[in-house]
Amino acid sequence: MPDQPASRPSLWRRIAESRNGLGFLFMLPAAVFLLCFLTYPLGLGVWLGFTDTRIGRPGEFIGLENYQWLNDDPVFWLSVFNTLFYTTIASVLKFGLGLWLALLLNRHLPAKNFFRAIILLPWVVPTVLSALAFWWIFDSQFSIISWLLMKWGLISQPINFLGDPWTARWSVIAANVWRGIPFVAISLLAGLQTIPQSLNEAAAIDGATPWQRFTKVTLPLLTPIIAVVMTFSVLFTFTDFQLIYVLTRGGPVNATHLMATLSFQRAIPGGQLGEGAAIAVAMIPFLLAAILFSFFGLQRRKWQQGAD
Amino acid sequence: MTIDRRKLLQGSAALAAGTMLMPAFARRASAQAAGMTFTPEEGASLRLLRWVPFVQGEEEAWNANTKAFTDATGVDVKIDQESWEDVRPKAAVAANVGSGPDMVMSWFDDPFQYPDKLVDVTDLCTMLGEKNGGWYDGLRAYGEQDGKFISTPLCAIGNAICYRDSHMKAAGFEEFPTDTDGFLKLCTALKEKGTPAGFPFGKAVGDGNNFVHWLLWSHGGMTVNEAGEPAINSPETRAAIEYARALYAVFIPGTESWLDINNNRAFLAGDISLTANGVSLYYSAMKDEATKALGEDIRTQNLPIGPIGKSVELHQTSTISIFNHCKFPNAAKAYLEWMYQADHMNAWLQGASAYCCQALKGFENNPVWTSNPIHTPYSKASASLRENGYAGPLGPASAGVMADYVLVDMFAEAVTGQRSPDEAIANAERRIARYYR
Repeated sequence: MPDQPASRPSLWRRIAESRNGLGFLFMLPAAVFLLCFLTYPLGLGVWLGFTDTRIGRPGEFIGLENYQWLNDDPVFWLSVFNTLFYTTIASVLKFGLGLWLALLLNRHLPAKNFFRAIILLPWVVPTVLSALAFWWIFDSQFSIISWLLMKWGLISQPINFLGDPWTARWSVIAANVWRGIPFVAISLLAGLQTIPQSLNEAAAIDGATPWQRFTKVTLPLLTPIIAVVMTFSVLFTFTDFQLIYVLTRGGPVNATHLMATLSFQRAIPGGQLGEGAAIAVAMIPFLLAAILFSFFGLQRRKWQQGAD
Repeated sequence: MTIDRRKLLQGSAALAAGTMLMPAFARRASAQAAGMTFTPEEGASLRLLRWVPFVQGEEEAWNANTKAFTDATGVDVKIDQESWEDVRPKAAVAANVGSGPDMVMSWFDDPFQYPDKLVDVTDLCTMLGEKNGGWYDGLRAYGEQDGKFISTPLCAIGNAICYRDSHMKAAGFEEFPTDTDGFLKLCTALKEKGTPAGFPFGKAVGDGNNFVHWLLWSHGGMTVNEAGEPAINSPETRAAIEYARALYAVFIPGTESWLDINNNRAFLAGDISLTANGVSLYYSAMKDEATKALGEDIRTQNLPIGPIGKSVELHQTSTISIFNHCKFPNAAKAYLEWMYQADHMNAWLQGASAYCCQALKGFENNPVWTSNPIHTPYSKASASLRENGYAGPLGPASAGVMADYVLVDMFAEAVTGQRSPDEAIANAERRIARYYR
């Protein structure tokens, strides 16, 4: 840049040569990326929640009106309940079954690698595809489960999987658990393999029972990875969308509407971007609570929190 | 300096005309020779955003008409397709950002979400109406705002009852009942014979909304009055809910979980013998050897008439809008004029094999309606069509109420017993008031 004023190169040089300036420069790409693709959309979403914006048309600031309306809206509160119920039950089941599976896979089984690979399948299949398969499995007329039970003479008419509020809730949870177990199992398996075998052997020599070895050796050493895995698992479950959208669209009568699906329904097909954003923003406190719980609840030791 | 392309084009129109190549003149001449009112601008090209066709013949006819238009006028028309649920957000963004497609073939109240972003097509629509026997009232309502056409009504996607003739006769009915009381008796009898009826009470965008609007309107209910104030809390709505509860009790179990495809699936598997659908149900039955016999047993009927004494239905409705940002509004109007010319419109309606019902009364004698008795009820779709959000104005509020399934939820809550009818109505009233605030 030959035409630039003389002060410019010297400023540049000063930045490039100072330790802090250089550090800042190196961080800049990441910072810009985070600002553009995380902070800005998040901030915009929060702002939209305070406006009456519709799709493609700027709205006006209306303060907390959206939240007041949601506070009086039984459909919204139903979706909050559904989301919490769905997340809690599905996460607990995924953790229990996932840990069990991880412990099994950690043993010396024949064809160990084959089983480990095959376990990942539900996680690898695109959610929409597995959701479509479950849609058929739960169909009110053509369910394979109903068909089998009817063949065996256990029931006389098809089970109304997605029609009754509570069976619908349990059905979508079952589909979510099926899909989520591999993630938990494989991650915990990785954690299990970092635990030195010698610790277990030492405990065994000291006369610890298998249960004692599990609770006193394996579990404490596994908590850091459990904290991370379950944080992710809870976040994925809480924000689940595809499964519900394919299976029920939130029906029957909103019994399986999650906050994410309700937010979409009102914001995009309904065109009420402001209200949809408000519902999405209402998810943030729950998500923060889940993250804080895992950090302060599960990672109690200082070294686990990063401090030495 | 930035160059505004539209200004540049306007400013240099004379120059452009002078330097145009000869073939363009020849094409223009042929367009005028075809008796067209609108003459495309020189060098015009258009982009149309449309919903993904449901029927292959419809797409072929539309594209053939478009190609003929291009050949006659030299105006290139590029057609983009978008799945039918994605057209709404795409078009809204295009309208408000001011770029993207020049025209959009969209659904229901979409033009009323951004009326000031659309080219006034009163001249075109008045001319088309005069030439072709006038617009049907319901479809006209989807194009007209305050006496001005903001969009050109294209078609109604007809909805009609499809039933199994042999099952109806087995249930003791020789003729299909034309009123709601008789219809309930038929559904009850079908249930007793083990061949029940089934309509979706779930979040079925098309079939569910068609069904519940018919329930409400046939009993004289309405969501809002002419002023856009909630009017759902009425004895008529209560009567509609009572009727829906009686129907639900004799439907096949599980209808509250049904999405759009479930009724087709149950019908084709022989699990239900009566539902409402587009004509596609008949064609998918006939296409498959395994269900061909079932398809030959299918008869169609319009939905029965309720206490208000006339046939009223929602039907999916499509219109074509021209955006303000279109640089060649005359070419766009000429394109529409071309598509609505008798030969072209008739070919298109025929290609759609009774899936699309004409917006102009002049096309009601299209041979497609009499070529197969199955088609005939679908020909009345445009006549029985009533605009969404009746009796209030069309706009974001009426669109939002439908997209948020307010009516579907109200009926589903009441028929499944999740809420009492009064609670369900009160809940719907709150939600409607919110959208029409």
